Amino acid sequence: MLTYITRRVLYSIPVLIISSFLSFTFVSLAGDPLGQLRLQPNLSILTLNNLKQQYHLDASIPAQYWYWVQDVFTHKLGISLVTLQPIWPDITRTLGHTLQIVLTAELLALVLGVVVGIFSAIRQYSFFDYWFTSFSFLGLAMPVFWLALLLQILFVDIYLKWHVRIFYTSGLNSRAGGSAFSLDRLQHIALPVITLMVISFALYSRYMRATMLDVLNSDYVRTARAKGLPEWRVVMGHVFRNALIPITTVSALNIGAVFGGAIITETIFTLDGIGYYFYGRLQALDVYAVMAYLLLTSVMIIVFNLIADILYGFLDPRIRYD
Amino acid sequence: MTELEHPGGPGSIEDRAGHESAAVAPVTQAVDGIVVGGEGAIADTTVAAGLEIQVRSQWSYARTRFLRHRLAMASLIVLVFVFAVGALANLVAPYSYATLDLANILHGPTTQGHHFFGTDEIGRDYFSRVIYGIRTSEEVGVFVAVLSSIIGLVVGAFAGYYGGWIDNILMRVTDLVLVLPALAILLTISALLGSGSQWRVSLILAAFFWTGLARIVRGVFLSLREKEYVEAAKAAGSGDIRIMFRHILPNTLGPIVVNGTLAVATAILTEAALSFLGFGIKPPLPSLGSLVVSGQSNPQQWWLTIFPGLTILVIVLCINFIGDGLRDALDPTQRRIRA
Repeated sequence: MLTYITRRVLYSIPVLIISSFLSFTFVSLAGDPLGQLRLQPNLSILTLNNLKQQYHLDASIPAQYWYWVQDVFTHKLGISLVTLQPIWPDITRTLGHTLQIVLTAELLALVLGVVVGIFSAIRQYSFFDYWFTSFSFLGLAMPVFWLALLLQILFVDIYLKWHVRIFYTSGLNSRAGGSAFSLDRLQHIALPVITLMVISFALYSRYMRATMLDVLNSDYVRTARAKGLPEWRVVMGHVFRNALIPITTVSALNIGAVFGGAIITETIFTLDGIGYYFYGRLQALDVYAVMAYLLLTSVMIIVFNLIADILYGFLDPRIRYD
Repeated sequence: MTELEHPGGPGSIEDRAGHESAAVAPVTQAVDGIVVGGEGAIADTTVAAGLEIQVRSQWSYARTRFLRHRLAMASLIVLVFVFAVGALANLVAPYSYATLDLANILHGPTTQGHHFFGTDEIGRDYFSRVIYGIRTSEEVGVFVAVLSSIIGLVVGAFAGYYGGWIDNILMRVTDLVLVLPALAILLTISALLGSGSQWRVSLILAAFFWTGLARIVRGVFLSLREKEYVEAAKAAGSGDIRIMFRHILPNTLGPIVVNGTLAVATAILTEAALSFLGFGIKPPLPSLGSLVVSGQSNPQQWWLTIFPGLTILVIVLCINFIGDGLRDALDPTQRRIRA
């Protein structure tokens, strides 16, 4: 197991290097890091050239990549050439906000998805099953941005009509510097969380239902029933535990999609999260900030892929790594 | 008659797959590698053990199962209608997508002047814009599905058939694409290149959509290349390419069709998201995603948000149902014909 993990970690390193090199090459070829600065009328050619030299922008792409990698490690992702500010503080601040929203949404989606999946499977084709199956199909077909917009419009309308504030539709707190764990924050992040939750929930409940049905029809479940176990023990002790294995993997592999969804959701609800940060930096064509985001999300996806693989071996003793 | 394999697990059910009637009577031995031939493959009745048994090919089973899948059939009808409207946008739409009518801005839905979906903030007929948006979406969806299927098929076929270092390289590339944060990279590419035509957006999307199919096809090829009929074809002097695409490929058609169908939906959703964020298809050509932006800037005009979004929802829902129906229909382990 340990050798397997080590090998997987070692294997992730070249993947990360190649993927970051590819995106770096593309981003620096297509976008001009100094493009925004060039637009400023009072900036002299001399300053530009100084900047160019200072940040090695006249070097070849592989050399630039090498300098960038050094910057990533020694200067915590380097500085943005658009704002001339370090990137790190922005990233840590926004990532914290995003994690709060994403983790809440994923946790709720997982718990609800698993519960609904179990009941849909043991009461297959019941009213409950049909209802949630339809809901999941709707959730999977729903464009995230449209759902976010509908929720936003709905709650703005409620406020305008009855002057009750149930949920806020933008920002993280009513006043700057508000607490991260307060009713006010909850009212702000509720709609983004619901938006992110719907799709994950639809996915997880479908998966859970399918695997539960699969396991329910297996031989050892028949054996368990035949030896006279009460139904709840069959379901909880034999079916549920085995049905959890695939959903663990699915939820770990879903991380990339969740971060993608966060870009859209945070942009619509103007939340100071990392997705919105990325979107803003992208519009400003801030090459190094964009690269920082891409690197960070790639690392996260790779780590979660690794976790998924390891968990899989841990949960399913039939899987042997060597 | 042909073998049809389930995507899951190499070698899992393949033996059952080819010989559908084996349980009833020793009918004709499945002749491997014969090209899928719709009607032609249906043999006449065979008399075995005093029973008349109609031998049906996998495809006639699949077709019957699909035709009896009510939800999938209903979705197919709706989707064909919606796509036909989109494809014939020039004929169907009462206005061009760019015709301004500044006297009638932000007009609610009405039958007057055929503004069924109202007008937007510069008086363009929203009904026409949604129809042209459907056209854009279906072009993107179908193009991405076809192109990514071809890429995935070729990559998976070569990796699975040759194995060794070819497999290694191709699968490492697949892994690489799989760990990229897709939406972020798509946004970055579109932002740096500027918004473009629907073809360029489709090309970029297709570059990310082939990985799933490549893995499935590789799995099937890995298990089938060891089969006797492949050996027989080799002995008969067939070249690699011929064996790959003529003998093994038909067995992967099921997963390809299902995957391709679902890829249309994913592509439409992704393109809509890109266009919504302003990094997709270049205005004034409407895309269902960029149309929702008018709804965002005019939240009081509900029709601007509802109609394009609902159109996406209906299209994607139909495609997903069809995909599910196809998956059930093409699953060779299902002998039962669904009521």
